Amino acid sequence: MSVSGNGEHILKVSGLNVKLQNQPILEHVSFTVKKGTTLAVLGPNGAGKSVLFRVLLNLFPHEGKVEWAEKVKIGYVPQNVAVSDIPISVREFLSIGKNKCDPEAALSLVKLGAKILDKRLGVLSGGELRRVLIAWALIDDPSVLLLDEPTNGVDVGSEEPIFLMLDGIKKSREMTILLITHDIHIVQEYSDYLLAINKCVTFFGKSAEIANMATQKVIYGEPICVETIKSED
Amino acid sequence: MVLEKMALVGDALSHVALPGLAIGFLLNINPFIGGFAFLFVSAVIIWYVQRITKISFEALVGAAFTSALAVGIILLREDPEALFEALFGDITTVVVWDAIAAAVVSVVAILLTRLIYRKLVLAMISEDLAISKGIDVAKTNLLYLFLVCTVVAVGIKIVGTLLVGFLVVVPAIAAKNLSSNMRKYALFGSIFGGISAFSGVLLANYFGLAPGPIVVFSGIAIFAVTTIVSWRMKINT
Repeated sequence: MSVSGNGEHILKVSGLNVKLQNQPILEHVSFTVKKGTTLAVLGPNGAGKSVLFRVLLNLFPHEGKVEWAEKVKIGYVPQNVAVSDIPISVREFLSIGKNKCDPEAALSLVKLGAKILDKRLGVLSGGELRRVLIAWALIDDPSVLLLDEPTNGVDVGSEEPIFLMLDGIKKSREMTILLITHDIHIVQEYSDYLLAINKCVTFFGKSAEIANMATQKVIYGEPICVETIKSED
Repeated sequence: MVLEKMALVGDALSHVALPGLAIGFLLNINPFIGGFAFLFVSAVIIWYVQRITKISFEALVGAAFTSALAVGIILLREDPEALFEALFGDITTVVVWDAIAAAVVSVVAILLTRLIYRKLVLAMISEDLAISKGIDVAKTNLLYLFLVCTVVAVGIKIVGTLLVGFLVVVPAIAAKNLSSNMRKYALFGSIFGGISAFSGVLLANYFGLAPGPIVVFSGIAIFAVTTIVSWRMKINT
């Protein structure tokens, strides 16, 4: 399955339907992704965002078309990993499933020092673990990165540096990024296009439109209100 | 088993061998063959039922091992000596060929484990990640089950079905206390398992006791020491 006849798009999804035990998870989902752009996927819990990623990776049965461009290499960072109880070092993890690996080079890509190479994955901070997972995905030099909530478990103050890092990697490697996030600020600052889903597509367009109240109403059912302090005249 | 948080499953699985041992005794064939065959067929059925029904592995093994114990006890009701040997082992029945067979089986198990351990670990960390890398998680898990059954079957003759689960679980837990990486985990697990078995058999022989329980005591002592050392050194933080 490949996108042909249009070199600009790296992914085309048409009429995607996914069911689990006869219950619809995704219905009539269609969208495209341009090469070298970042697509943010937004939606409430249970909307089908993670399932969408698993379908794109061909990990989930589905109806409809998922067409990747030819010779696409996909790197994937899942939302949840179970590392707390496994005695595996960062060095060992980075070499799993890789034909060749320079662990120090991989860590430097994600702005981590070599001193954590012999640490257990389970003792890393949330931010460090996320960066190591991203480093693992980058080792194979993918053309596309799929990131399922890449700052899950990361302190609020440490989220922005991770997205800054990803933005830098994207630009230097001309990568395409698809990321699931709940953060509207991240959508606005670090993505080019937005796909909002709630079992079906509720919005697909440029990310800048998320600032529009009408768009938010469509996505969330009601606008996100910000409290203001009343001035004392 | 320990890393998959299925330590009790590892113990319970060993009890499933009892009917196979009983059939071996009754038909006058090597009980090891009967035990291993029954254990492996049961493990495959449990693996398959779990994949189809999504019932937890622990629940299925729980049902299987209690049923197996009941069946084994009924089959050997006329031969209490054989039942005792099946449950608790008897080192005096181990002959040279048994030792050679155990050594060969162990070497093969180690080599196969080395082939699949990275795939297993990746699947433990994230099954989606493993599948996205082209790893057939179901087949890898089946081969892993085969290896567990093999290791259990090798140990049954000496320590019996009731205590052989210890060999699957406790040396690994002790190793985890001191390991910051997989290499150390594998090394320490092997060393602790070997020391438990060797010292347990020696001590049992010296005091004229059944080896099974003494092997277990030996291993528990190692586990206690590693727990204290880990706590004191805060190795894992």
